[in-house]
Amino acid sequence: MTTELFIQYLVAGVTYGSIYAIVAIGFNIIYNTTGIINFAQGEFVMLGGMLSITFLHYLPLPLAITLAVLVTMGIGAAIEMLFIRWLKDPGVLRMIIITIGLSILIREAALHVWGSNVRALPYFFGNEISTFAIFGARVSPQVLWVIGTCGLMVVALNIFFQATSIGREMRACAANRVAALLCGIDTRNMVTLSFVLSAGIGALAGAVMSPITYTQYDNGTGLAIKGFTVAILGGLGNSLGAVAAGLLLGIIEAFSVSVVPLAFQDAIAISILLIILFVRPYGLFGSSAMAGLKEF
Amino acid sequence: MKKMLGKTVCAFVAACLLSAPSVWAENIKVGALLAVTGPASFLGGPEARTLEMMVEQVNAKGGINGQKVELLVKDTAGNPEKAISFAKQLLEEDKVLAVLGPSSSGETMSIKKIFEDAKTPLISCAAAEVIVNPLASWVFKTPQNDSLAAIKIFMEMNKQGISKVAVLVDNSGFGKAGKEQLEKIAPEYKIEVVEAEVYDTKATDLSAVIAKIKANPAVQGVINWSIVPAQSIVVKNIRQAGWQVPIFQSHGFGNIKYVEAAGAAAEGVIFPAGRLLMADLLPDGHPQKALLMQYVKDYEGKYKETASTFGGHGYDAFMIFEKAVAIGGNDKEKVRTSIEGLKNLPGTGGVYNFSATDHNGLALDAFEMMTVKDGKFVPYTSK
Repeated sequence: MTTELFIQYLVAGVTYGSIYAIVAIGFNIIYNTTGIINFAQGEFVMLGGMLSITFLHYLPLPLAITLAVLVTMGIGAAIEMLFIRWLKDPGVLRMIIITIGLSILIREAALHVWGSNVRALPYFFGNEISTFAIFGARVSPQVLWVIGTCGLMVVALNIFFQATSIGREMRACAANRVAALLCGIDTRNMVTLSFVLSAGIGALAGAVMSPITYTQYDNGTGLAIKGFTVAILGGLGNSLGAVAAGLLLGIIEAFSVSVVPLAFQDAIAISILLIILFVRPYGLFGSSAMAGLKEF
Repeated sequence: MKKMLGKTVCAFVAACLLSAPSVWAENIKVGALLAVTGPASFLGGPEARTLEMMVEQVNAKGGINGQKVELLVKDTAGNPEKAISFAKQLLEEDKVLAVLGPSSSGETMSIKKIFEDAKTPLISCAAAEVIVNPLASWVFKTPQNDSLAAIKIFMEMNKQGISKVAVLVDNSGFGKAGKEQLEKIAPEYKIEVVEAEVYDTKATDLSAVIAKIKANPAVQGVINWSIVPAQSIVVKNIRQAGWQVPIFQSHGFGNIKYVEAAGAAAEGVIFPAGRLLMADLLPDGHPQKALLMQYVKDYEGKYKETASTFGGHGYDAFMIFEKAVAIGGNDKEKVRTSIEGLKNLPGTGGVYNFSATDHNGLALDAFEMMTVKDGKFVPYTSK
């Protein structure tokens, strides 16, 4: 394999990988505060893309994306307040079924609002064919936007969770909800906040990746499956694990095309998910002792 | 006495009910199995809207032979299982005269036998050649055969001196059938397929596989064969890789939305297509011209969206059905034999010449080579 080809695969892999990682982090934030997997996470990504495309008719690009992210955050909050918050007995299974229902609901609503056509934001810089070279490999500038935005989101989230008091309160909820409640933290608000946050990062990712991948009413589902695989692979709830696992899966997928037919690309992701669930259900970067303490 | 009166009234009412069908002409019931929603909705959506528009027009003119047409559209969402259950529902419960659709080749193949057994005409809007070859006596289709598109592409490649190609297809029924045809016909035109890859219909980025194909120095041209948004992604990824290879697409590219999605990367893509995309450029005497202009005007006026060749497949299906019923009447076997007797019938896909052995009725001249210039479809002229 030439260096040029190697770099080309690597860049493709890192691009897929950072998108998967962001979706996985969205899963993790909600998992940490509620103990559930929000299967509507992929729909937040779709909404981010669709809403920015709509707002672009009226606003310049940066404002359109900002507004789309804010609206999606609002939708995230509304979902939590309408469907999760007032549950008297919020069993894990019940909440998961609710999120699956919501994901179908959002998808069908999007089909009615935007129709079934593919849409895309314009490229932030240049157009569909502008590229620059890294060691002979040609890369679209949009790829850097995706990788850069995802990287910044990971750093910002880490600072938020480590250094701000709200972030620390959210982590306290994740560590032990009862203890956090006893310390005077309103765990219900933390749950709402976790939906807002994961809706926001999903929407932002959906907007920056839209020029590359296009946005269609149903493209959240595929992303949710990949993101879920990555979240499991990195260890549920572990955001840095998700980043590592996302990049790993993306790079494996990209390089796999050089040895096996492209048609097997998705089979690889699913096989990895199955192997991990059998061999290390607590993920590559988790520990079995930690996993034992969790409800799900 | 009272009892007698009651009986008389009962008998009178019963007589009225029984005689009703003979007083009012029976409706002609036609079913449609179309992927109105789901991943293939860009096919089924325009097809369903076209059918609804045409049924409205026919009924406004008094129906066929004085009988109103009743259209029953079932949304299969592109799912073969749903197509099977809706097909049975249309045949057994609604007792339709014929069924138009489905939109996709995979769905059509899964219900082909049901229509053979039910002895009911099926006029498919899907392209794969296997639908009518081997021949099934009750199954017809309106889009041009895949093999014709493949031959058109290879003829153009011969002109350009391209002999080694890479083939990319999606994993839908259309893509898989296209790959088979391309690999089968290529040797006849002295063309060698040196790379062949299948991608998922939901693929969002294909830069890795493009890098792989690009690394093979033998590749002189790329043929992409799919009906999903990924066909825009293929084009984009090739140009992003800085690769100036000639790109050929199948007739599935004939929707301006894909050109919009691929933007500047779509410039210069060459593909075979029916004449609907170039209706206004046809010479005035062309047999398809008047009909194409009328359809595009009606459709775009009614639905405020650009007419596509896919809606045209629906147009042709209904037109063939209408002509056959006008000749044969409301009878399944007569409709079938009437379709086989249709000759020199201009439609959106070409001029149809059906026979007992040809259930598609289109020849190589149904296709024109087209290309993309400044974001628009224009006829392609060989260099």
